[in-house]
Amino acid sequence: MSVFRFSHTPVETRALNAQLADPACGGYASFEGWVRDSNEGQHVRHLEYEAFEALAVREGERIIAEAIARFGVAHAACVHRVGDLKVGELAVWVGVSAPHRDEAFRACRYIIDEVKQRVPIWKKEHYASGDSGWVNCERCAAPDPGAEAAGAHAHHDRR
Amino acid sequence: MSVPISSPATKSAAPGTIPPLFGLVLAGGRSTRMGRDKATLPYGDGTPQLERAVALLGRHAARVYVSVRRDQAADPLRARFAQIQDIHENIGPIAGLLAAQAQHPQSAWLVLACDLPLLDDASLAHLVSRRDAARTATAYRSSHDGLPEPLCAIYEPRSRESLSAWIGAGKECPRKFLSSADTALLDEPNPRALDNINTPTEYGAVTSAQTKRITVQYYALLREQAGRRDEALTTTAATPRELYAELAGRYPFSLAAEVLRVAINSEFGDWSAPLKDGDAVVFIPPVAGG
Repeated sequence: MSVFRFSHTPVETRALNAQLADPACGGYASFEGWVRDSNEGQHVRHLEYEAFEALAVREGERIIAEAIARFGVAHAACVHRVGDLKVGELAVWVGVSAPHRDEAFRACRYIIDEVKQRVPIWKKEHYASGDSGWVNCERCAAPDPGAEAAGAHAHHDRR
Repeated sequence: MSVPISSPATKSAAPGTIPPLFGLVLAGGRSTRMGRDKATLPYGDGTPQLERAVALLGRHAARVYVSVRRDQAADPLRARFAQIQDIHENIGPIAGLLAAQAQHPQSAWLVLACDLPLLDDASLAHLVSRRDAARTATAYRSSHDGLPEPLCAIYEPRSRESLSAWIGAGKECPRKFLSSADTALLDEPNPRALDNINTPTEYGAVTSAQTKRITVQYYALLREQAGRRDEALTTTAATPRELYAELAGRYPFSLAAEVLRVAINSEFGDWSAPLKDGDAVVFIPPVAGG
């Protein structure tokens, strides 16, 4: 199974942990991103994730390989949801196993940060107000100069 | 530009100063072999060649004029630009240059034929940067026959007298003029840049080479604004940047190219990389995973 993949159905994390098990590893760290009910003051009802999967899997696999090379961890993997998600559902899972905890934590943090920034995945929020919007896209609309001149564009910011 | 431009010359240039460089697009031809007016032929994104040539020259010359015959002055395409009308008739392209020199005798003229659709900005920049104002002219040496290319060349003010004498002696050929004159000759950085397009067959070859079949997939906000997930299209866009501009004219895209990335054949790509026939292109809006 690819170390980076998409799931169109809810993710069961216990099976994912098992694929990282290794007798040489004493540390396992994971990160789960869940759908939150609010964003920037708006009440979020549900989310839609969409991905350009062919490129996203390549880029995701590169991020995992970078994390392994950089932090010397034994195994790492990431699963991202696509489709419609309700509040509370798991949107992304990252798991890392390593001989010791420190590198496992650091690799895990690296992977989620890079995934958010580099992988072609988009999130549409549907609000209680009935509005909806593509996160990071609506405010960089071209015909509205000044609104978000130095805006939060995921491509450019190192957050 | 590496060539200093002095103020537009109305009096004699002081010794040691370099004459300003004006641009002249020769649009007075009769397009006999083409059977259609070569100035109006569309290339690339569909822009008429005369407009493309004026825009190209405008990046390198202080002013740009279009050389026309008197009976062409009211032509709608030619009428959009500053014109210089021929004084002499039936002496070929030198007529345009002589008329320009009569109007602005202290300027050097970067003369450009309007049937050079493959001429690129870099080739013109190279010519201007290697201009030798102490010579009569600066020109490229043809990659085909080694002779000077007279219709993408810089003629210094000093050339006026010898050009008049050349015409006065009953000669017309600008190439032979440059061969006989004190011309600085350069090798072409792009050997196809000065291929002139004279016949419908040549025109068809250039435009079909510029036409490619591309598939585009749309995601997220762009998918919604395009109203479709994908499409196959035929385009003359040379680069993803040009393709996005073309599509933005067709769909109400709200995202500027600056906030997007581009992927070609499922790998991140370069906005200015040449598009190839069969490429699959995806424009990537700002991402929001996690």
